[in-house]
Amino acid sequence: MLKRLFVALFAMTLAGPAMAAGGDVELQKRDWSFSGPFGTFDKAAMQRGFQAYREVCAGCHGMKLIAFRNFSDLGYNSDEIKAIAAEYEVQDGPNDDGEMFMRPGIAADRIPSPYANDNAARASNNGALPPDLSLIAKARGNGPDYLFSLLAGYKDAPEGTTVPEGMYYNAAYPGHLIAMPQPLYGEDVTYLGDADNSVEGISSDLVQFLMWAAEPKMEVRKRIGVAAVFFLGIFVVVSYMAKRRVWADVH
Amino acid sequence: MSANQFKSPVVRWIDHRLPVFSMLHHTAHDYPTPKNLNYMWNFGSLAGLSLAIMIVTGIVLAMSYTAHVDYAFDSVERIMRDVNHGWMIRYIHMNTASFFFIVVYLHMFRGLYYGSYKAPRELLWMLGVVIFLLMMATAFMGYVLPWGQMSFWGATVITNLFSAIPYVGESIVTLLWGGFSVDNATLNRFFSLHYLMPFIIAGVVVLHIVALHRFGSNNPIGIDTKGPQDTISFHPYYTIKDVFGIAIFLLLLAMAVFFFPNAMGHPDNYIPANAMQTPAHIVPEWYFLPFYAILRAVPDKLGGVLLMFGAIAVLFILPWLDRSPVRSARFRPLFRIFFWLFFVNAIALGYLGGKPAEGIYVILSRVATAWYFLHFLAILPLLSMFETTKPLPKSISEPVLGSSGRSA
Amino acid sequence: MANSDKNKNPAKGDVQEPGRRDFIVVATYAMAGLGAAAVAWPLIDQLNPAADTLALANIEVDISKIAVGQSITVKWRGKPVFIRHRTADEIARANATNLDDLRDPQIDTARAEKPEYLVLVGVCTHLGCVPLGQKTGEVRGDYDGWFCPCHGSHYDTSGRIRKGPAPTNLEVPPYSFLSDSVVRIG
Repeated sequence: MLKRLFVALFAMTLAGPAMAAGGDVELQKRDWSFSGPFGTFDKAAMQRGFQAYREVCAGCHGMKLIAFRNFSDLGYNSDEIKAIAAEYEVQDGPNDDGEMFMRPGIAADRIPSPYANDNAARASNNGALPPDLSLIAKARGNGPDYLFSLLAGYKDAPEGTTVPEGMYYNAAYPGHLIAMPQPLYGEDVTYLGDADNSVEGISSDLVQFLMWAAEPKMEVRKRIGVAAVFFLGIFVVVSYMAKRRVWADVH
Repeated sequence: MSANQFKSPVVRWIDHRLPVFSMLHHTAHDYPTPKNLNYMWNFGSLAGLSLAIMIVTGIVLAMSYTAHVDYAFDSVERIMRDVNHGWMIRYIHMNTASFFFIVVYLHMFRGLYYGSYKAPRELLWMLGVVIFLLMMATAFMGYVLPWGQMSFWGATVITNLFSAIPYVGESIVTLLWGGFSVDNATLNRFFSLHYLMPFIIAGVVVLHIVALHRFGSNNPIGIDTKGPQDTISFHPYYTIKDVFGIAIFLLLLAMAVFFFPNAMGHPDNYIPANAMQTPAHIVPEWYFLPFYAILRAVPDKLGGVLLMFGAIAVLFILPWLDRSPVRSARFRPLFRIFFWLFFVNAIALGYLGGKPAEGIYVILSRVATAWYFLHFLAILPLLSMFETTKPLPKSISEPVLGSSGRSA
Repeated sequence: MANSDKNKNPAKGDVQEPGRRDFIVVATYAMAGLGAAAVAWPLIDQLNPAADTLALANIEVDISKIAVGQSITVKWRGKPVFIRHRTADEIARANATNLDDLRDPQIDTARAEKPEYLVLVGVCTHLGCVPLGQKTGEVRGDYDGWFCPCHGSHYDTSGRIRKGPAPTNLEVPPYSFLSDSVVRIG
């Protein structure tokens, strides 16, 4: 009875999230450095991903949950973070005259969004809203693979598919018609050093950066998780032995 | 239990005036428990532990949460990013909610299998169903609080259920919302009630335990204990067994929290609520899926709502639907088959609830819904009339089969 | 977990309780206690200031625009901080004060890293009011520093208590000059 219950229970828990994926989209499965119980982020890739975000995506997409101080996770020291923050203009105020004013960013500021509000964003993008990217890697089913496939998924529409004006064909997008023009063509970003700046290379860097942005505590979470599972594993064994010991005289 | 059995004079002094130690001693220590309980009897203590975890983590989360449509989503993300260990506390809260339902469902199936709802434990069972209902309400309102897309649309869909009530439905929904749609007023009242309800649950849990201790636990054989040879004291035997169960529970919970924290959630809830755009597939949290399937199985709005609530209401009258004097399915060969059919059917309902309401899924949902009610309203009453049960043992400690076969 | 508490009930030594002192049983309850303690820490630590709060725990202030004899007030950790560009006369008076006249004796050079800039937490050490004296025209008290209107504490040009109920001088926050024009407080 017990075993059957557990098998059924397991099936039940899987049934829930299973419907996240849908349609005839093509997802490219990739091996990410952050997968698995010991997975970690690739700091160099995240720094490149941030550079690519800034040079390619940031014109339309905000990341309003991310503060410059968070970039210590990317391997930047406090002087570098200060310098990065100072390259942005941040609105502050009101000052003594009651006016809002712009000032250079500081580490505690969050990344300013490109548009003042959603309506302004829609107005500049033919009515389509470019989503904020802070949580995008968790807000889509199979987030990392999906984002990678989407960025590298622009293709010519197959025979018989009409692509309306202002829309683009994407193999990974549900429904295949996406309002975002192809963002990457390869060599869109000039990396320091000899990192791969093909479409795949940049996409991969962006996914590293976006996954970190969505789940910045992942590394510490997994570290604590390994310790917790190790401790509880021993606890299971010890408590089972104790149970056997206490019950030894019950007939 | 007299007070003077305690060694410490302080304890004795207090206990004489306020017999809390005697009560504790009675409930946990020398409370006689059938000695043949199997591991299916672990889920009661696990449910209690889940409630405790939910209350503790919930109180802590409320310290950093802001119940306002403009701030709720960001305040949850602040918990995930900036509050010390906030991510861990929230993931524990999220995942323990799911584990709580897993544990309670297993607890209920155990009761169904071993006939724990039968006389004299009818009220014990009904209090359990009350707890289950309160849990569902609490979980539903808690899911609204992060104010993501699923929060918002789940709240919209579920509150709209009440609009099916003739004549007053619309007014009731407006009353629930405190406006003309799910909005700030709704979020605030849901937060208030989400904070309150767990304490009501805890109160009903106390009644549940009082009712349990009146006649003691049922057991896998389902016959009453006949004397001290059939029982052992709760402590240390069942305390250590519960600790072992808790260890396994926590191990599984830790795996979920630390390695698959979002597996039982929905990605759309990481998108802030947007009243202008509904997600492609709205699905409730997994633990509501069987009831959601029943709701959608009926083409009529009011009918679907009535049937969904009926699916829970039928549990209340279960003790009077199954009149067989034999409790345990071990001695009811036909009942056992139907129990497992019911179990599979319930899983199927859960699966179908997560599928889009189209094509074959609709038909299957209707069959499964019909079977659900058939099981309670026809099969169980008929079985209790016509089933030939196996002979029952004389007592727990004497599992030699007696000749009489019938003893309640 | 709560069950482990029951183990502390006085032993009755009857036959129903085997293994009470058994090593493995004790180890089990000890591990349960250890686990509970480990979980307690995150629940307590979440009360501490969060990362976004800590990020604003130190601020950088541009002091180049403060004219001699003027003050600015900035908000630091939820409290007002006074930054005064002192005149030569104010500095001289602060230095000339006899330490024996002070309730809370402290020399001026110990209170100002650069004598021309005085940085103070603008909270009266009596009961937490904000003293007057920052804006031109405000009452500055008998010693031309600051004056707390709540209960009449007078502070001198070094922010030291001279008269009134306050027990100690105005607090100097931790600060350092990052350059001639930028001071970092906190």
